[in-house]
Amino acid sequence: MAIPVLLAVASLTFFLVKLAPGGPFDADKAVSPQVLKNLNEAYNLNATEWEQYVDYMSGIIQGDFGPSFRFPGRSVSEMIATGLPITFELAFYSILIALLIGVSSGVLAALKRNTYLDFIPMAIAMIGICVPTFLMGPLLVLIFGINLELLPVSGWGQLPGDKLLPSITLGFAYAAYIARLSRGGMLEVLNQDFIRTARSKGLSERNVVIKHAMQGGLIPVVSFLGPAIAGLLAGSFVVETIFQIPGLGRFYVEAAFNRDYTMILGTTIFFSAMIVFFNLLSDLAAMWLNPRSRDV
Amino acid sequence: MSSNSSLWSDAIYRLTRNKAAMFGAFILVILILCAALAPYIAPYSYSFQDLNLGASPPSAAHILGTDVLGRDLLSRILYGARISLLVGFVATGVALVIGVSWGIIAGYAGGRVDSIMMRIVDVLYGLPFIIFIILLMVIFGRNLWLLFGAIGAVEWLTMARIVRGQVIGLKNQEFVMAAKAMGVSNFSMFRKHLLPNILGPIAVYATLTIPQVMLLEGFLSFLGLGIQPPMSSWGTLIKDGVESMEEYSWLLIYPGITFTITLFALNFFGDGLRDALDPKTTDN
Repeated sequence: MAIPVLLAVASLTFFLVKLAPGGPFDADKAVSPQVLKNLNEAYNLNATEWEQYVDYMSGIIQGDFGPSFRFPGRSVSEMIATGLPITFELAFYSILIALLIGVSSGVLAALKRNTYLDFIPMAIAMIGICVPTFLMGPLLVLIFGINLELLPVSGWGQLPGDKLLPSITLGFAYAAYIARLSRGGMLEVLNQDFIRTARSKGLSERNVVIKHAMQGGLIPVVSFLGPAIAGLLAGSFVVETIFQIPGLGRFYVEAAFNRDYTMILGTTIFFSAMIVFFNLLSDLAAMWLNPRSRDV
Repeated sequence: MSSNSSLWSDAIYRLTRNKAAMFGAFILVILILCAALAPYIAPYSYSFQDLNLGASPPSAAHILGTDVLGRDLLSRILYGARISLLVGFVATGVALVIGVSWGIIAGYAGGRVDSIMMRIVDVLYGLPFIIFIILLMVIFGRNLWLLFGAIGAVEWLTMARIVRGQVIGLKNQEFVMAAKAMGVSNFSMFRKHLLPNILGPIAVYATLTIPQVMLLEGFLSFLGLGIQPPMSSWGTLIKDGVESMEEYSWLLIYPGITFTITLFALNFFGDGLRDALDPKTTDN
């Protein structure tokens, strides 16, 4: 299922990019016809579209996304390889923060339903959902970076603590969603018979919650993680732009501005592959956690 | 429709009792009025520049201050409301039309048509749509109508799933079978018998889609890929505010507050509508 989808995405993107008006070298400064010819030759633009397509697709299968239009001498694969680890690290910290804060406050809210321990975290979660990343990031910079001068406001791995603000910015909205999902999931599970059974056999509340309720109550969170990757990616565009982090997200936005078509094409296909992969992974994990669908 | 009116009057009763939802509705009405009347109530034109002033903090003449080019921030926020709300409503409308038709056809036809149509939805769900919107904006230029279409074309998937589920539930009820037996055409079946019965979930989901769409527009405008100057949406105002926030923090804060309050109001109203139409789901 995943492979035909990816092939379709790659083909669609390829022809969409070909539809773009203007050649890639219609730059601000005029280029002599001879240079243009050589350029077209070098980037294989004189071949028919069909030949280019076959060439490109066979390249992708070998992990070769072709050369960058804007940065001569650098290949798209090389640029993805430079930016990817940074974006992964950012996404990893963000999701870690989101899970830690989201699950603990969601579970607590469900257990202490209709008390202040429920209302306050859920009100904060509503803020997290309504304040977009592109506003949260600058506000955090304004407060912690500029006014309080506590944390660096840009960069990644150059100054101590410069990874903190970007990770919080990106993770906060997800913490909010996860808190709501885990609260809802836990509330549903806590009313069920097997929880009553566990309690009546004299298990401590701690064991009831951790061993019995959380396994079922957190399934919605696990199924959310797959689609969340797509959102994290989009969020990384914003966060990497705000904090000037040289990750894949920023490369993508820059490529969009520079009309670096091969870079856009390559990263789009690469992002799609990642998203399809993570969706699959989170579906499998949710299925494995849910005993009812495990046996089928 | 007469059997529906009690459901709707019940719902309206519950909605009016929900303070958060009514507060949301109140804010929304004010915002829509502000957007509609922007040319009459804005103190200045959105492009009027007081070049002597430059960026000035809030004062009597300019209640929310002026931006780097000496333009009145309040006026720009009021005019920005037009674009932001327009994108929210129009793109949601596009999503609504596609999603509802797709869902009704799939649910009502059933069988192989249904499974093929829903499989397409499943596949599309897995794709990185934000990236596709960016791609479209890059390739075809940053055009307002393209933006509406592109965002709407992304947001219809959930709507299609919801509507399909509802239609499948309705399909085997007696009144639908009776209508079918009387030879009602497919089109009037959709319009007269199915659609009125699924208006509730559609209204709820549409209200909750509007803030999503506005977020998406803000996101694109923030990256510089959405609304282009001299037009401004709240997304572009926030983007401009970020660029000068170190010296002129009000340029970020006021548009940010406006945007956030609007999203709050829409979410509160949508949640209230959901609770009012379907009291069972109140807990989530």
